[in-house]
Parts: sequence; structure tokens; C-alpha cells
Amino acid sequence: MALLDVRDLSVVFKRKGTRPFTAVDGVSFSVEPGQTVGLVGESGSGKSVTSLAIMGLLRKRGAEIGGSVTFEDTELLTLSDKQLRDRRGRDLGMVFQDPLSSLNPVITIGLQITEVLERHRGMSRKEARVEAAELLDRVGLPDPQRRIDEYPHQLSGGMRQRVLIAIALACRPKLLIADEPTTALDVTIQAQILSLLSELVSETDTALIMITHDLGIVAGLCDDVNVMYGGRIVERAQRHDLFDRSRHPYTHGLLQSIPRLDAPRGEPLTPIRGSVSDNIEWEQGCAFAPRCPNATDVCWSEPPELKADDGRMLRCHNPVAIGDAVTEGAL
Amino acid sequence: MTDETATTTGAAGTEVAGTEAPRDDAASTGVQDAVTAAETDGAGPGDGAVDGDDVLVTVEDLKVHFPIKRGIVLERTAGHVYAVDGIDLTIRRGETYGLVGESGCGKTTLGRGLLRLVEPTGGRVVFDDTDVSTLKGETLRKSRRRMQMIFQDPLSSLDPRQSVESILVEGMRAHGLDSGKESTRARLVELLDSVGLPESALHKYPHEFSGGQRQRIGIARALAVEPDLIVADEPVSALDVSVQAQVLNLLEQLQQRLGLTYLVIAHDLAVVRHISDRIGVMYLGSLVEEASSDEMYAEPMHPYTKALLSAVPVPDPTVEDEREQILLTGDLPSPANPPTGCRFHTRCPWKQDTLCDTDRPELRDVGGGHRVACHYAEDILAGRITRHEVEPELVHPDA
Repeated sequence: MALLDVRDLSVVFKRKGTRPFTAVDGVSFSVEPGQTVGLVGESGSGKSVTSLAIMGLLRKRGAEIGGSVTFEDTELLTLSDKQLRDRRGRDLGMVFQDPLSSLNPVITIGLQITEVLERHRGMSRKEARVEAAELLDRVGLPDPQRRIDEYPHQLSGGMRQRVLIAIALACRPKLLIADEPTTALDVTIQAQILSLLSELVSETDTALIMITHDLGIVAGLCDDVNVMYGGRIVERAQRHDLFDRSRHPYTHGLLQSIPRLDAPRGEPLTPIRGSVSDNIEWEQGCAFAPRCPNATDVCWSEPPELKADDGRMLRCHNPVAIGDAVTEGAL
Repeated sequence: MTDETATTTGAAGTEVAGTEAPRDDAASTGVQDAVTAAETDGAGPGDGAVDGDDVLVTVEDLKVHFPIKRGIVLERTAGHVYAVDGIDLTIRRGETYGLVGESGCGKTTLGRGLLRLVEPTGGRVVFDDTDVSTLKGETLRKSRRRMQMIFQDPLSSLDPRQSVESILVEGMRAHGLDSGKESTRARLVELLDSVGLPESALHKYPHEFSGGQRQRIGIARALAVEPDLIVADEPVSALDVSVQAQVLNLLEQLQQRLGLTYLVIAHDLAVVRHISDRIGVMYLGSLVEEASSDEMYAEPMHPYTKALLSAVPVPDPTVEDEREQILLTGDLPSPANPPTGCRFHTRCPWKQDTLCDTDRPELRDVGGGHRVACHYAEDILAGRITRHEVEPELVHPDA
């Protein structure tokens, strides 16, 4: 049975005087214990809003949340704030993109970790301090005994991200959500953080939801990958299926348009035409239709459903032909 | 020297047909008097073929050090940030030179120092036989026409209160390239067309465009003054992945059509590898390796380059499953207090007991124009030295 089950999740932002904005629309996926699931998409695809809604971080933000989020038989969306606070930090951990703005600048990093340990694991201050130093050591912070009394500004970006991971893992959560955890970091530091994350996740059998725009990260890390566009999942597959034979024109287009380090110099890129702002509403048809090379009349008039096809879930009227995908993938 | 200068002007003139008049205008008030002299000597368009060793920019021992000031009333210099610390490189006419490195390595400062947007502390930048580092006042301003820049964030580098027309015309006017209403108008339409924007864009404002379109405006602005060299600082990193390819392709097309020379500064190795003919890798203010794009990928020799290349995820699970990573420990040391000897020795998995922490390695040619700054590059390549564990050192970001 799934650890986390998201069913038909929708998030609509309503503000006086403006049209309601549907950021997430009918998103369903589930996460098994110990599994790593990727949510990939560009800015505005709704991937971050999905994670915030799961964590209950959109409450009182003028967002209308629909559908259901079940975590181990508990419906998270209807929990009271207090009940949710109990789960959050204990069963569910989260790591954000920008470690400087998600750490409190006027509290030492040690205190920010012990706070969690005292709150959720009922430790005394002394015990918590010992545990915090151990956690910092585990996430690879050099000289944790000394650094525990330092403030976030005294640490580099990569070290701050390690502290955030230590906080998120302090209570040994069953599910960790990482929202672009390495986007603000340099590539060598990104490699450190990603290997740390995958190590910790496999050691402790923690499930991980990895939210990113970087297809490279997903290719190496995730078991299942959900590709999002315009607030909906357009393709879901196991990573090998997705990358070897992408069937949705958007996924396919993305893979053709990003420069690869292992491609020879001069190999042309095939860009996706237009930009995200060209989207039409899903109610009218397929939001990707204005940018899609395969679009036909039906794409403009009838919104496609997410259906099982070719060992995956696909939301498309005119998917990339299997033959095409194979030959192009082999190039 | 005069011959070469004339060749550029001539060659560029043929490329942009129909703008001959403003071009001559600019040349006569040009970078140096030699240009006019050569022009009247009769060295016309089409005289010079672009060959591989035709150097446009030479950077010699360029240094940019920023003073760290302490005290409020009595300011004193408490030290320096060695942002760029002794860089030698050449950029050939018509090529794309890619500069990669992580944040804080000085790649942006190098680009800005090259254009004199920051004042270099030492060293020389020779642009088409003119020593840019000694130019002053009006001559410096005029030389800027030939060296333009494309910035990372197109929204903050375009004036929100200027229409596209006014943004594009401003530079042309400053360099005397708007010779009349009709021809300027024609030139603007041509510019927009070359970056793939419709004529109707002229009367719009930057906020009315998407990120990719704004970057196109930034490119058109750089092209408006018919430059030879374009320094593109992270030209696609603020754009969505699906739009990056459009802008990269556009840059390549423009280069082919107009014979532009690019210095592309980026942190994304895949982007740099895709667009560059040659690549320089920077670490803490100096170049550690330089090679052709394909060679850099096939046979990186400097330990830092090896680590950098091995850290880049590739969107292919089969490759990912086999990718052998060289994980670096610790962080980039502070450029205000760089390590002694080789600047990379504190994190280098191939560090040896001698030389590395005492002698700063020179960037030396190891054959075929492949330059490496490592004492043991050959030994590492031949496998005589093997990798070892490195204890991470403490690095304070503001130390």
C-alpha cells in the first residue's frame, strides 16, 4: 500500500478583482515507501505548488485546494493545523531551493535543529545537542562541534543546504520532499548534495519526491517520473521508459532541445517553439497545443485525458510514434 | 597592424549590406585614426579571409582585484578579493570562446574587465591591435561600439520605461549610426527580423514580452551597433529549458551570418560545450585548463575539469547509471584569501606532497593548443598518480 497517495489534487488561487488561477489541476500520483518519484516541469508547471499543497503550506494563502492527499491512511488536507504540525517535521520533511531564506538568520544552526528534536522527539536540550552534532556530521558538515554554534550567514550555500537536509531528516521522516534542492548551487556542490540525498534515502528507506526542472537529475535519481505542463501531469513513466522512448511531444521536445554534455560539438538543437506563456486553458483543449508540432484540430478543441498507454500514463491525442521515438533516441 | 584593422571593418561591411553609410560614418570617427588611414589606402571589403589564427582579442596577465574596505570615517583597505588574478588568453576572430567555472571563480569579472566595465588592476587587453586598457575618454567610448555585451537577466538589463525602438536606437545614436529616419527605421526592422521578432515589437515595452523574447531584444540591442565581439554573460541561464535552445540557435545563426566573435560565460557545461569552439575553465581567478570543446570533453586533464565534467548530470538513465563521479569535498575557498601554490590543492583528489601547495602552476601547452595548469597533468593522464580521499577544509564565505 502506498505511503502517499495524491488523488485529483487541484489548487486554485483566488484573489479579489482577478480571475481565479488554476495552478494545479487534477494531479494524481502515489509514492511507495522507499521510492523516489520525480516531478519535472518548467516554471509555472505547478510542480512546486503541488508539493506545497501536500505539505499543507498553502493554507490561509487564498488557495482553494481540492482532491485528496492520503498519507498512511490519514487525509492530510482535512487535518487541523495542530495535527498537521505534528505530522510535518516528524513524518514529512521538506528541503527548499534557497537554503538562506529557509533558515532563520538570527538563530544558530544548532538551535534550529535541536528545536525540531525537542518538539517532535521529546529530547532534552542536552540530548538534542548531541544528536544535532551527529546529524550535522552525517550530512557531511566539517567540524560539526564548532559549526553547531554558527549562524546561517557564516556557512556557504552548499553547507546551508546540508543543514536544511539535517533538519528535514532530524525526525527520520518517512517521506522527504525536495523542491529544487540544488538549483541555487554550483554543479560540483550539486553533485555532493545529490549523492548525499540518495545515500540517506537508501540507507533509511525514506521515500523521496524530487521536484526539479533538470531532466539530468531525474534521469539518475528517480524511479518514476511525472512530467508536468500547465498544472497537469502530461506523461508518467519509469525513468528508462521515459528517457529512452518519450511519447508526449512535450517530453520529447524537451529532450531534443537541451544541450547534452556528451553530444558532439555542432549537433543542432531542436527547440520547442513559443514559450510557456502561449498556453491555452486546459478546458479549451490541450494547453501544449500552441507549441506542439503534432497538434491537430482535436488538440485545440478537446482536452486530452491521462490514459494508460504503452506501459505509461499519457495525456495526448497525438503522441510521438513509437518508431520515431526509438530512432531519434538512438541518435 | 593597419591592414588587419581595415580587414575587419571591410568584412563586416560586406556582411551587413545596405548599412554601408552609417558604417563608414562610424569608421571615420573610429576606434583609432589608423582605421580611416587604412580605409583610404584602399583596403576594401572582401580583402581578408578569416583564418584560424586570426586573433581578435589578446588578454595578457589580466588582473582585477577589488579592495576590501574597513572603517567608516577613515576607510582603509583591509585586503583584496583576487577576482581575476593573472589570466592569459586569446580569442580568434569568428570563434566562440566559452568560459566556465563555478560562482565566485571570476568568470564574470573577467568578461567585464575585458570590456573595461570594471577597471583592471593590471595586465593588458589588446582588441584588434589596440590596447584597450590604456584607452581613455572619447576613444574608449568609441571603442565600445565594437565590443558589446548580452546580460543574464533580460528584464533587469532593459529599461522598463523605454520602448524597444528607443532601446535599440539609443546605442546607434550614441555611436552616430542613425543617419536618417528612413534608414534607421529600415535598420531597426532588419535587426528585429534577425532576432526573430516582428516589426510590431518596436512600440512595445520590455514587460510585454516573455523571457526568451526579452533576451532577443537584448541581443538585438547588442547587434544594433554592429559589434565584432559580443560578451554573453550567462545568456540562457535565466530562461526556461524549452526556450534556451531557441536562443542558443539564434546566437549560432547570427554568428554565421555576421561573422561575430563570442565570449560566452556560463556555469552550465552542457551549454558551453554545445556552443563553444574552445573552452577555458576557471577556478579562483585563474584559468586551469583550455582546450577545444571536443578535446575538453574527451580528455580533460586538470583534476578540477575532470571533477566538473563528471558532476554534470546527463538526461539519459543509461549514461547516468554508469557515470563515474569524482566528488569534490568542501567548498570554493575565499578569493580574498586564496590557497598558496596551486589554488585547487585544498580540494584536489590527486594532490601530491611536493609542489602542489608551494608552487603555483603555470598554464602550459601540453600539445595541440591544449593548455593545463597542473604540475602533474601528464602523470594523472598516464595513470601514474591515483586518486585519494580529501578531508574537507573549513571555508567561511565571508572570510
